[in-house]
Amino acid sequence: MSNRLEPEPVARRDFLNLAGIWASGLAVFGSLIGMARLTKPSVLPEEGKSIRIGHAAEYPPGSETVIPKQKVLIVSREEGIAAISLVCTHLGCIVKRVEAGFDCPCHGSKFGPAGELLAGPAPRPLRWFEVSLAVDDRLIVDAEREVPPGTFFSA
Amino acid sequence: MSSSGFEAFRENIRNLPRNLKGSLIRHGPPLSGRSRSQAVFSNLFLHVHSTRVHTRTLRFSATMAMGMASLALFIILSATGILLMVYYKPSVDLAYDSIKDIHYVVPTGRFIRNIHRWAAHLMVVTVFLHICRVFYTASYKAPREFNWLLGMGLFILTLALSFSGYLLPWDQLAYWAITIGSFIAASPTEFTDALGITSWFDPGGFSRQLLLGASEVGQEALLRFYILHCIVLPLALCAMLGVHFWRIRKDGGLGRPDDTPTTAAKGAGSDPTPRAPADAPRKSYGLMCVVRDRKPATNQNPDETVSSWPTLLRAELLVFMAVMLFCVILGLAFDAPLKELANPDVPENPAKAPWYFLGVQEMVSYSGFMGGIIIPMIVLLGLGLIPYLDREREQAGIYFSGARGKVVALKSAVFAAITAFLAVAVPVKYGWIREWFPSVHQLVVIFVNPATLLTALYALWSIYVLKRARSTRMAAIALFTCFLVGFTIMTIVGTYLRGPNWDFYWSQADWPMH
Repeated sequence: MSNRLEPEPVARRDFLNLAGIWASGLAVFGSLIGMARLTKPSVLPEEGKSIRIGHAAEYPPGSETVIPKQKVLIVSREEGIAAISLVCTHLGCIVKRVEAGFDCPCHGSKFGPAGELLAGPAPRPLRWFEVSLAVDDRLIVDAEREVPPGTFFSA
Repeated sequence: MSSSGFEAFRENIRNLPRNLKGSLIRHGPPLSGRSRSQAVFSNLFLHVHSTRVHTRTLRFSATMAMGMASLALFIILSATGILLMVYYKPSVDLAYDSIKDIHYVVPTGRFIRNIHRWAAHLMVVTVFLHICRVFYTASYKAPREFNWLLGMGLFILTLALSFSGYLLPWDQLAYWAITIGSFIAASPTEFTDALGITSWFDPGGFSRQLLLGASEVGQEALLRFYILHCIVLPLALCAMLGVHFWRIRKDGGLGRPDDTPTTAAKGAGSDPTPRAPADAPRKSYGLMCVVRDRKPATNQNPDETVSSWPTLLRAELLVFMAVMLFCVILGLAFDAPLKELANPDVPENPAKAPWYFLGVQEMVSYSGFMGGIIIPMIVLLGLGLIPYLDREREQAGIYFSGARGKVVALKSAVFAAITAFLAVAVPVKYGWIREWFPSVHQLVVIFVNPATLLTALYALWSIYVLKRARSTRMAAIALFTCFLVGFTIMTIVGTYLRGPNWDFYWSQADWPMH
């Protein structure tokens, strides 16, 4: 027991005051975090990123087809079929197919025919997405799964 | 008893108009110095003013009226914004049509929208000029450091308000500007990718998702921007604005040099003692406030100041009316743009942000992460810290702090203009690192580009001035001027000299048809 002549290092009253203030502060901080949590969606309100694009026969070798909905270019060659993303890796504009490859209209990034980086501010080559076969023999492009550039799918 | 009660009631009825007036205008007509002071002092909305104001404060050259103009524009924006909310529908399917309705069907809708649009642009300009005025007159110095910080916050809020409003029409311009903006928010991914840590730590993706509520600009994003634009940001701005004004009073009003010539000192000499005006009431009165200054403000000749009512209020009303007139003329003469409906498949070419972000967009065309996040953050941080890094005692209210500062500012402007010109011209003419060494590592592209080099050059210039002039104030003037000029040049280049694919064109007439 301490008395007035030998005070405790922290008086009980001060300790309780501080504890109260910190507890309230933490409670307020915690509820603010909890409220802010609401704004970060846990389920994204959008359709799946994997779509069926039809039979392989619809994409004869040598053809290039844009699928606007998914913003991919279906490239068909002898070795198979591939899907190249048309979303610029810089700031998300839609690149345009030109003779030399792909040009971005927004900030001038230029990509080669396989999406390789040629010029401009884009930090990385265009993405290639996984192409696979569904049970009903139709092709599936999954924009959530990236594959190394140059990966062609052949059934 | 009853008859006298009735009498009193009749008397009250008879006196009703007078008593009502007396309670509304509690201090009598503002004719004497005292009642004028009370008119300001006893009114919640007016008492943000001091009761008397220094004549120098009222001079146009002292402030350029830019702060008041910004407030006027904010009031105009709030009023027109609420009116637009009556018809606007924040839904992907309805937003564009509701803007079309406002433009073509709603009575005066087109006019109100035009005013809202031009006032928003003007507010960015006036706030920016206000910052320049405060900086060049050294009005950020003690005790006004905190208010300078608040001003920076208000500047950011103004830009955020402008930007969030940009999406609401849901046209092509809006959609692609916000797409680019949201990817700028996500551009730290560029850096984390280069380090290979994105899968554990992805602040870019997180902030983009928070902003858009989805992985693409869509309904969620529109609603979020609507809430930000109409509720969150205006409320935050109002609160901060209140503190900003209050701080002006608490910091002693508008900064002015200590040796400001006063009318009293000019004409007097013989009779410097204050004399009460003839119509002043016998009873002396004092309206006091503790403000920080270097000398007591007692026993000063009242001639230096004039009564705020009506002089200051008249000046403010004049600014408000001038701004209003300007907006009305703009609104009548020019329609706010509305492009075709947003189309997520085809970007605008070129896709340009609002003009005040085109300087940033020019830098973004070198590197998204550096140009869009790091350099703006360095600039904002640098601006905010100015009062803490430059603590020399300085007379407030003198442009450029005198002749020496003018020379420094001029030299800095020339230096900044030449280097900014080179930063744009060299990549346009010769390309940049990636064209020279295609296999270069992404980190090099991020950190070595015209925008980062320019920023570094400006910093070096400021250090050079610091060494030469041995004055932090001069170094601050050098740095501020550099960024001002560099930003202006970048904005001009982004606005007028960039065409499709962000290629360089001397004029829009040279753009290829597409």
